[in-house]
Amino acid sequence: MPKTATKPVRIVVAKVGLDGHDRGVKVVARALRDAGYEVIYTGLRQTPEMVVDAALQEDAQVIGLSIHSGAHMTLFPAVVDELKRRKATDIVVFGGGIIPDDDIAVLRKKGVAAIFTPGTPLQEIVDWLRKRFPES
Amino acid sequence: MKVRARDAKELWQEEFEKAPVRDDGIETSTISGIPLKPLYTGDDLPRREEELPGQFPYTRGIHPSGYRGRLWTMRQFSGFATAEETNRRYKYLLANGQTGLSVAFDMPTLMGQDSDAPTSRGEVGHCGVAIDSLADMETLFEGIPLGDITTSMTINSPAAILLCMYIAVAEKQGVPASKLGGTLQNDILKEFIAQKEFIFPPAPSMRLVVDSIEYCAAEVPKWNTISISGYHIREAGSTAVQELAFTLADGMAYVDACLERGMHIDDFASRLSFFFDAHIDFFEEIAKFRAARRIWARWMRERYGAQQERSWKLRFHTQTAGVSLTAQQPELNIARTAIEAMAAVLGGTQSLHTNAMDEVLALPTDKAARIALRTQQLLAYETGAANTIDPLGGSYFVEALTDEMERQAEAYFKRIDEIGGVIPAIEAGFFQKEIADAAFRYQNEVEQKRRIMVQAKATNALNRLGKAAAGNDNLMPYILDAVRAYATEGEIMQAMIEVFGTYTETAVV
Amino acid sequence: MAGFTGAPGTGKSTLVDAVIALLRKQGSSVAVLATDPNSPFTGGAIMGDRIRMQRHALDGKVYIRSMGARGHLGGLSLATREAIRLLGGFGFDQVILETVGVGQSELEVAAVADTTVVVLTPNLGDSVQMIKAGILEIADVFVVNKADIDGYARVVAELRTMMNMAPKREWRPPIIPTIASRGEGVDKVWDAVLGHRKHLATSGKAQELVERRLRDETAEVAAELARERARRALEDDPALAERLLNDGTPYRTAEEILDRKG
Repeated sequence: MPKTATKPVRIVVAKVGLDGHDRGVKVVARALRDAGYEVIYTGLRQTPEMVVDAALQEDAQVIGLSIHSGAHMTLFPAVVDELKRRKATDIVVFGGGIIPDDDIAVLRKKGVAAIFTPGTPLQEIVDWLRKRFPES
Repeated sequence: MKVRARDAKELWQEEFEKAPVRDDGIETSTISGIPLKPLYTGDDLPRREEELPGQFPYTRGIHPSGYRGRLWTMRQFSGFATAEETNRRYKYLLANGQTGLSVAFDMPTLMGQDSDAPTSRGEVGHCGVAIDSLADMETLFEGIPLGDITTSMTINSPAAILLCMYIAVAEKQGVPASKLGGTLQNDILKEFIAQKEFIFPPAPSMRLVVDSIEYCAAEVPKWNTISISGYHIREAGSTAVQELAFTLADGMAYVDACLERGMHIDDFASRLSFFFDAHIDFFEEIAKFRAARRIWARWMRERYGAQQERSWKLRFHTQTAGVSLTAQQPELNIARTAIEAMAAVLGGTQSLHTNAMDEVLALPTDKAARIALRTQQLLAYETGAANTIDPLGGSYFVEALTDEMERQAEAYFKRIDEIGGVIPAIEAGFFQKEIADAAFRYQNEVEQKRRIMVQAKATNALNRLGKAAAGNDNLMPYILDAVRAYATEGEIMQAMIEVFGTYTETAVV
Repeated sequence: MAGFTGAPGTGKSTLVDAVIALLRKQGSSVAVLATDPNSPFTGGAIMGDRIRMQRHALDGKVYIRSMGARGHLGGLSLATREAIRLLGGFGFDQVILETVGVGQSELEVAAVADTTVVVLTPNLGDSVQMIKAGILEIADVFVVNKADIDGYARVVAELRTMMNMAPKREWRPPIIPTIASRGEGVDKVWDAVLGHRKHLATSGKAQELVERRLRDETAEVAAELARERARRALEDDPALAERLLNDGTPYRTAEEILDRKG
């Protein structure tokens, strides 16, 4: 097959946790699409196992997680752990949602590459990805 | 006389066009995108018979006496962890004269899952109480006489189960169901449209809602069976028009479903209530509330043939907009909430929840919760807003905007009808797409600074000023930047004071 | 290899999800390629077809892969052909291609799939439009999903009329009613797919298809290679680009590029 010019970075975007607040995750998904990324949205109420499985099947370089239920301290690290278990630690995990500053520090330490809270300009998320994947 | 009036308007138009215009982002539309004129005049007033409060179509309010007869109910919703803790809190509130209780459930309960389900991990007891069986419900209401109080339960997919548990607790207390009063949110359609806490597919979900409405009409007649909610639709990013149209369309879908079951419209219509958002675009919100009452009254009387006046009246609860709050400078949220609450009051709400300034971050602190409640009391007793019924009635602008909201809502009803009704529209993703489009548009506007949010954007300029003050640069460009970023005089002075200090005169006697 | 296509909102993902469930019950392993032809401008895409199939996410015998168009028309069929070959190589018993039917894309499905299943619903006004837009020629199986809502009989009648007016084909596409959300009629859909597959084999069409596809694919790859070569030539050879600008002669320039030694 002929080579295409550049290979877009693929991002699996998922809502973990039981809440259904998908406004933020959808706005972010569209912004990432407009920035040229291939976004695979897996929908609401995904377990860490489902998210990681989707990322592997979809050959994604990035996982974006969104949560508003308050269970981020359990579920975000669970995704990172599942990636370790499946030997896929090259996949970068970032997250968003209503997450207090104190928790952000802990999550960063546990392997979540970045956390974006409500009010973050969309461009900031895109800029972060561009820095992380300069070839994209 | 008439000719002269026209001349005066033309003169104004000329002068307006010649006058200099601000260049810091004038909005030519509401945040819902309704175009705005710079001025409204008598030409914009609709030609219709004068509307009055307490009279069909209730644009000016459902009570002839407005808030002179009775103020709105100040109802603050909050969640606590365990059934025991919540029970203690309830007893405290009841001892202090409150008569209405409000139950917030945790996510697993809302999603119909037991606390020990694998997908409940990390969620049990967050933001609400966990109820697994009747035993938990008994603990929650232990020692509370259910015949003497009313209870509001915010739950949807499993609403029927929780209501049954409540009835069962009452049974054990010897209180018959006919004496129970309260409200169930029970609005499954907005879950499919916006909040997404659905479990069953639409058809069986609707069947459960109608089951509960039918059952309550016969057995629990004092229970408000459903609170048809636009709040979640708006918070999911819809416009005011979409909130209005989709919520009322949901309401009509419930009415249709009940009629299909064979119920009579006047047997259940008065037990339907509504729940709206109060957002930051002040006049648009007031117009929304007024339009909602008028539309509902017309549809109930003219389309559904309701005979009783109480079936025509749209009653609603309002909560100020969570999405309008910012995490930076949370104190500004007090001002936002106050303005939103004022819009709800001028729109004639029956009850109101004001958000606490830190609600965007976490559970409110005591102080923030108190300020939120005090804001309502201030509105009720200090501002005079409650003294005159529908004080904005007759305003050229508000009346024109009310009509425009109604017109746009009716256009949505037509589109929904063309798709085949609310449920086919849900299944075709119609609402979800409309809302996602609006949310994306709004977010982009915010980021392009078209919709100026007074925020911490001056902070950077102030930091640069502080650093420059510590060095030797000319400070004028830095001050100018801070001024351009809308930093206040006090903030700019403070930035310099932190470097320069202040002077105290040597005392000369 | 079966391809499913239909307008947004017809429930085609739900149908594919139900087909996966059926095939899994029969013990087959399934690979699904979900393609999305959207946003050709930025190269970005949002692909949401997995949402409806997530109940199979943890099933090791189900593989779901979303594919974007990556900014060029026709790219989809090239990439999907490669992917299908690869999935066959991995030993999946069944490979399903799912594409949102918006304009060109259903034709691309037909170009790749042995059996093309076109999904319609009674409640979307554009169903009929789709029929007009030449879908009749490519459909091997029609599914009318959401058969329990008003308008079902009308859509079926319209389809029949259209088929009767069209030139006769050896294979007359069956019309299968389904309620995919409840799994109703899904087994009939798969039976129809197998029926068409058998028809291809016994009529000799299958071999014909294989040969035609190889030729088509080769032509497409050649076109793509030539496009890439032209792009590079215009970038690397300023004199050539300059001449093109001055003369305004794309045909002559193109021939010149192709005549050069690659």
